[in-house]
Amino acid sequence: MRVIVKLFASLARFSSSIQSGVPFEMNLPASATVHDLVTQLGIPSEETKISFVNGLIRDLDWVLQQGDEVGIFPPIGGG
Amino acid sequence: MQAGVIPFGDGKGAIKLIHEIGKGTPLGRILASGTDVTGKIYGVTHVPTVKGQSMPAYEPRAVKGIGITYATTTMGADHTAGYTIAPEILGVAGKVDPLSPEGKAALSRGFQTATAFIDSSGHCLFIAFPILDIASGYQGMIDECNGVFGTNWTADDVGAYGAAVLKKERAFNEAAGIGKEADRVPEFMKTEPLPPHNQIFDISDEALDSVFKQL
Repeated sequence: MRVIVKLFASLARFSSSIQSGVPFEMNLPASATVHDLVTQLGIPSEETKISFVNGLIRDLDWVLQQGDEVGIFPPIGGG
Repeated sequence: MQAGVIPFGDGKGAIKLIHEIGKGTPLGRILASGTDVTGKIYGVTHVPTVKGQSMPAYEPRAVKGIGITYATTTMGADHTAGYTIAPEILGVAGKVDPLSPEGKAALSRGFQTATAFIDSSGHCLFIAFPILDIASGYQGMIDECNGVFGTNWTADDVGAYGAAVLKKERAFNEAAGIGKEADRVPEFMKTEPLPPHNQIFDISDEALDSVFKQL
């Protein structure tokens, strides 16, 4: 299935073709979780802090669906 | 965008408007005067400010503790004055539900007093993350202060010191004509639900006033 992903701040370094906050498409197996997405991108799960799926905060074990929009932040704070 | 000068989502248009500021055109001068003034001139009400300070990053309806900080701090809407995002979103110093109003006035008060101490003792605010999550870190800060300043502070003194600083700030604002009627979020946040959680800012005026009343 296809999902749309944004990696924020320092997480963008895990792919040379990805810019922070710019959406890109990913193909995942059916019933993939946020954790599967993070693993497929080569991001250690402890580097992620907050994941949003369609605007709502979800845990890493949240099961994704076709067309979901996923945003992932490292541990950061600020305004 | 609310006034229709450029459409919502027009990022390039927003950048062009910033350049108007540099050119010193009448529109540029309006924008340079800030969010509050721009909203008044265009007669729009969806203006996210408190005490003339435009809100950074967080929406009061989705994170109610930071909304209380925005409303009540003497700084105007300032997330750094009492960063309840730490427990409400990041799970630092515990985890609380950002959508719940329960206990949030006390939470904001606690963060505002701790922050006033951190600011006044010459520390970077970012020490808050380790010292709030690690008990020995908190005591380490107190020991450090005592070593540097020659004081004999305990954890109770930290809270009392912070509260004293805030009371002074408050007295300054009140003498300048900024009283508790300014400790409010914009009207529209109290009546219009914000998707996706569809919350309004349902913190009462009494709860907001209690932040400083119970210092």
